Amino acid sequence: MSRFLSVLVHGIWKDLPPFRLVLGLCPALAVTASANNGMGMGLSVTFVLIFSNLTISLLRNIIPDKVRIASYIVIIATLVVLVEMILQAYFFGLSQQLGIYIPLIVVNCIILGRAEAFAARNPAFLSAVDGFSVGLGFTFSLTLVGSIREILGAGTWFGIPLTGPDFEPFAFLVKAPGAFICLGLILGLMNAYGRWRGENVIQ
Amino acid sequence: MDLILLAISAIFVNNILLAQYLGNCPFMGVSKKLSTSLGMGVAVIFVATLASIFTWLVYYYILVPLELKYIQTLIFILIIASLVQFVEIFLKRFSKGLYNALGIYLPLITTNCAVMGIALLNIKHEFGFWEMVVFSISSAAGFTLAILLFASIRERLFISHVPQFMRGSAIALVTAGIMSLSFMGFCGMVN
Repeated sequence: MSRFLSVLVHGIWKDLPPFRLVLGLCPALAVTASANNGMGMGLSVTFVLIFSNLTISLLRNIIPDKVRIASYIVIIATLVVLVEMILQAYFFGLSQQLGIYIPLIVVNCIILGRAEAFAARNPAFLSAVDGFSVGLGFTFSLTLVGSIREILGAGTWFGIPLTGPDFEPFAFLVKAPGAFICLGLILGLMNAYGRWRGENVIQ
Repeated sequence: MDLILLAISAIFVNNILLAQYLGNCPFMGVSKKLSTSLGMGVAVIFVATLASIFTWLVYYYILVPLELKYIQTLIFILIIASLVQFVEIFLKRFSKGLYNALGIYLPLITTNCAVMGIALLNIKHEFGFWEMVVFSISSAAGFTLAILLFASIRERLFISHVPQFMRGSAIALVTAGIMSLSFMGFCGMVN
């Protein structure tokens, strides 16, 4: 039971992607110009993570060791095609906004990383929980970055205007350089907090 | 003339790394030394160009006639993964020197989103064959340029006094942001 709880919460602080676990940077930078897009991307990745971890864990004794990476990629790619079709059918606006970054979930290193590090040697239920936990952490991070960039860069949050007409938005935050700098500063703050709590910070 | 403009736009204006955010994991991972960055950059140019040609041909001559466009993602990643394996075996067999130089970077390239991204962008922009070839080579060259510049800056960062909590990836991301800002200066060159 304690194992279950530790797996459930590790993705939310200890291995929070992409800050504590510096993986999956491309979507974290590319789609976080607004909170809505960040959250949509996070939820898509969560869906793929839960089911790829579950499938890989169920098949872990059948897949030969030598072709395991290739098999994982096929499983992940199939799930991504599924996500693409669901988004196109029910969330057309979002799928237009995310564009090529949806098919690029295939090469998101978080998913392959969790498959190799966790699902390949743990039972099915626990692996699905791990996918859920890491996915939730990723969704949280992307929504956070998206919120900061959208509120300061455009003056809105989830499309709702927040600031008055006197506020001049930092337009550079919604452009490419803003993404890098915003993510870098959040990473620095998290390191500072981790150090303050006396943890060993990954360099 | 259009092809030259396309190349300039892909290298400087819409730099794949600094304006489109593709290929950031190897960018942060292998850019600690100039020599490894050069190896990675050359390997990406080589694989991205080959992969783009193959995926473009498969897309227009197999997937479109058979109306299988919706499994594009699955097919593309399979092509890239097997191509990387094939290139590795080929180089090991026929060109020992090149294999020693690029060998260790090849497996990393399968999960490099720049390669997959270029292949997808070729389809999205509906390029013809030659446009596709020029776009792929110049996008990958843009990646190499950015990673080389970044590695040189990072070698300097090692010997400078960065605040403790900003060390490592945090300062690297901020540096990349400032580089991206300077690349935005090219924006007026090509529309």
